[in-house]
Amino acid sequence: MAKVNIKIEGIPFEVEAGLTILEAAKACGFEIPSLCAFNHGECSKGSCRVCLVEATGARGLVASCVYPVAEGMEITISSPKATAARRTSVELLLSNHNKNCQQCEKNGNCELLHVAKITGARDDVYQGAQTKTTVDKISPSIMRDTSKCILCGRCVERCKNAHGLGILGFEKRGFETIVAPAENRSFAKSPCILCGQCVSVCPTGALMEVSEIAKVDEAMKAGKYVVVQTAPAVRAALGEEFGMPIGSLVTGKMVSALKRLGFKKVFDTNFAADLTIMEEATELLGRIQNGGKLPMITSCSPGWVNYAEYNYGDLLGHLSSCKSPHEMFGAILKSYYCEKNGIDPKDMFVVSIMPCTAKKYEKERSELSVNGLQDVDAVLTTRELGKLIKRSGINFTKLPDSEFDNDIVGDYTGAGVIFGTTGGVMEAALRTAAFKLTGEELGKAELCEVRGLQGIKEASYTLGGVTVNIAVAHGMKNAKVLLDEIRAGNSKYHFIEIMGCPGGCVAGGGQPYVKPCFLPNEDADILDTYKTKRANALYQEDASKALRVSHKNPQIIALYEEYLGEPNSHKAHELLHTTYASKEKFSD
Amino acid sequence: MAHLQDTAVKKINEICDRYVNEKTPLMMILSDIQKEYGYIPLEVQEIVSQRTGVSVAEIYGVVTFYSFFSLQPKGKYVIGVCMGTACYVKGAQQIIDKFSEIIGIKPGETSADGLFTLDALRCIGACGIAPAVTINGKVYPKLTVDVVPKIVQEYKDMEANA
Repeated sequence: MAKVNIKIEGIPFEVEAGLTILEAAKACGFEIPSLCAFNHGECSKGSCRVCLVEATGARGLVASCVYPVAEGMEITISSPKATAARRTSVELLLSNHNKNCQQCEKNGNCELLHVAKITGARDDVYQGAQTKTTVDKISPSIMRDTSKCILCGRCVERCKNAHGLGILGFEKRGFETIVAPAENRSFAKSPCILCGQCVSVCPTGALMEVSEIAKVDEAMKAGKYVVVQTAPAVRAALGEEFGMPIGSLVTGKMVSALKRLGFKKVFDTNFAADLTIMEEATELLGRIQNGGKLPMITSCSPGWVNYAEYNYGDLLGHLSSCKSPHEMFGAILKSYYCEKNGIDPKDMFVVSIMPCTAKKYEKERSELSVNGLQDVDAVLTTRELGKLIKRSGINFTKLPDSEFDNDIVGDYTGAGVIFGTTGGVMEAALRTAAFKLTGEELGKAELCEVRGLQGIKEASYTLGGVTVNIAVAHGMKNAKVLLDEIRAGNSKYHFIEIMGCPGGCVAGGGQPYVKPCFLPNEDADILDTYKTKRANALYQEDASKALRVSHKNPQIIALYEEYLGEPNSHKAHELLHTTYASKEKFSD
Repeated sequence: MAHLQDTAVKKINEICDRYVNEKTPLMMILSDIQKEYGYIPLEVQEIVSQRTGVSVAEIYGVVTFYSFFSLQPKGKYVIGVCMGTACYVKGAQQIIDKFSEIIGIKPGETSADGLFTLDALRCIGACGIAPAVTINGKVYPKLTVDVVPKIVQEYKDMEANA
């Protein structure tokens, strides 16, 4: 790579040619105040004008996030002219901003507030009209409040990059400009899959999950039998809410916190992940042996299910009929568990802690119910759990470790843990499918072919004389490639795992925000590495478990013996399976 | 959501076909549709999205960015009053106000009978004949407020005699 000589603040440096001033300054140890940068250009580049600097050879001040370095360039960050200009940029953003910071759920993670502080923005310097506001709270998953939007365009880019969808776009012009789904519709009435990736990149409170903390409070107050379950990916990220390094595994502390919060029982969704594997592996083998519809595609990710229902209504028969694990758990809790423990299912309130915003919508689907009761009553994101813990006077980092409840349900194997990362469901399913086909366990549990962040992973296994071709995709852009193959009739696969979010649940839309400006102790490349770090935490827990295959989970075995009969039995279908229907993209 | 007639779907696909070899065909497609139908509703944007791979939100953004495009059907006669700097200083505001008063619609609206749409235009590049008005492409140069009622009446008469 060619190098160029530049000076920053009078100090000479040699940097790679082609870098932007912002990148070059970062590499040389400077931190230019900026909003949209270092998100791999995921914004409408150069529009916010926060990162203005002086550079020789340029007319006036330049936006350092888009202006490239050149040989001999002298860059000044700290001159009165540059500091005043950056301050003005932020003051102008604030002049059209709803500054109710105390009430704003994003407080503490707001990048606008952060740059306002470091640029020294003054209060109400520019007063005048404000753009007409839209507040969309119709969807159960994501809310949009344009009074907080600074038109940076990160959400627009993320939706396109992750999913090829582009649900959000810039509308109208000039002062009236807003970022919105077409026609300024609600997310609920546009083909949004509710994954929450836009929420995770929004620098302000313009996009956020719909909070359900109040719902849980009410259930507690009403004296309901409130139980909680936690998805695998939550334990790999919750610590970040309390300043712990990314990739910290906090299973024990999380359980302690949940017990202190007053939940009657604290279960691990992994138990149901094991159950899902029993059902799904059986379904797959049934399809292979009986000429059923192939490839079969996993159905754990509600974002992905939404995508399929909006865009591939003709392929819904390929989706596994299995409910997602937390829904299965809810159904088992409100049937088997209540029966065994003499609890009236009407009194039970099931809370799921999920790394996901789409799960909030999923739990409201009428198909996901047992005897007229919804399987799951409330879904909190990992971030919401963090808030719940903080407000309750719990010092999370000082908590001792506790074990999940596992009286008759709740025990789990390593296979259940890895559900939280791309390739994990596939790996877990193959461990059990291999046993079912050959009668023997796989030589080694780790199937490295399906691990890692490559967009589409594929492998082929010969198990008991049967060849199984598999593929794993995450992010709808990647999934689309595999789906179009199926539609064209030339898919060679038997089994496909699809997860909505790039990286899988560990990088879900409900996970703690990864914002380098608030993570001074993390590596500079944390945006590239956090998914792997969180995934490794799950692989670490998998490796630490004595049992790593779902079919050996003793409580799962007992559940089938005592209640369900066998996988895919009539009873199992009633409780653990669901249906899908294609959806109109822009409904009235 | 309303559904389009088959003939309309066919026509829109035909328009998209004209520009399959273009790298960025969106503006040309939208422009042709606007000319053909006088507006570009969401159902049509969905078809264009499928054909071009550009998201509906982005197409909607383009349609709402340029005042040439419309989301609502336009009237039979589209009155465009140039509000560019030259026309403005020559009294374009009074002209558009007069049209507004006589027809009973605000700029951007279409009359209930579907006869007139009143548009405020940015500079149409005819500053030498300011203030300028166009009606379905016909240019009215150096317009004065007092002739506005006559012009509107002409079109009404034309319609009555048609």
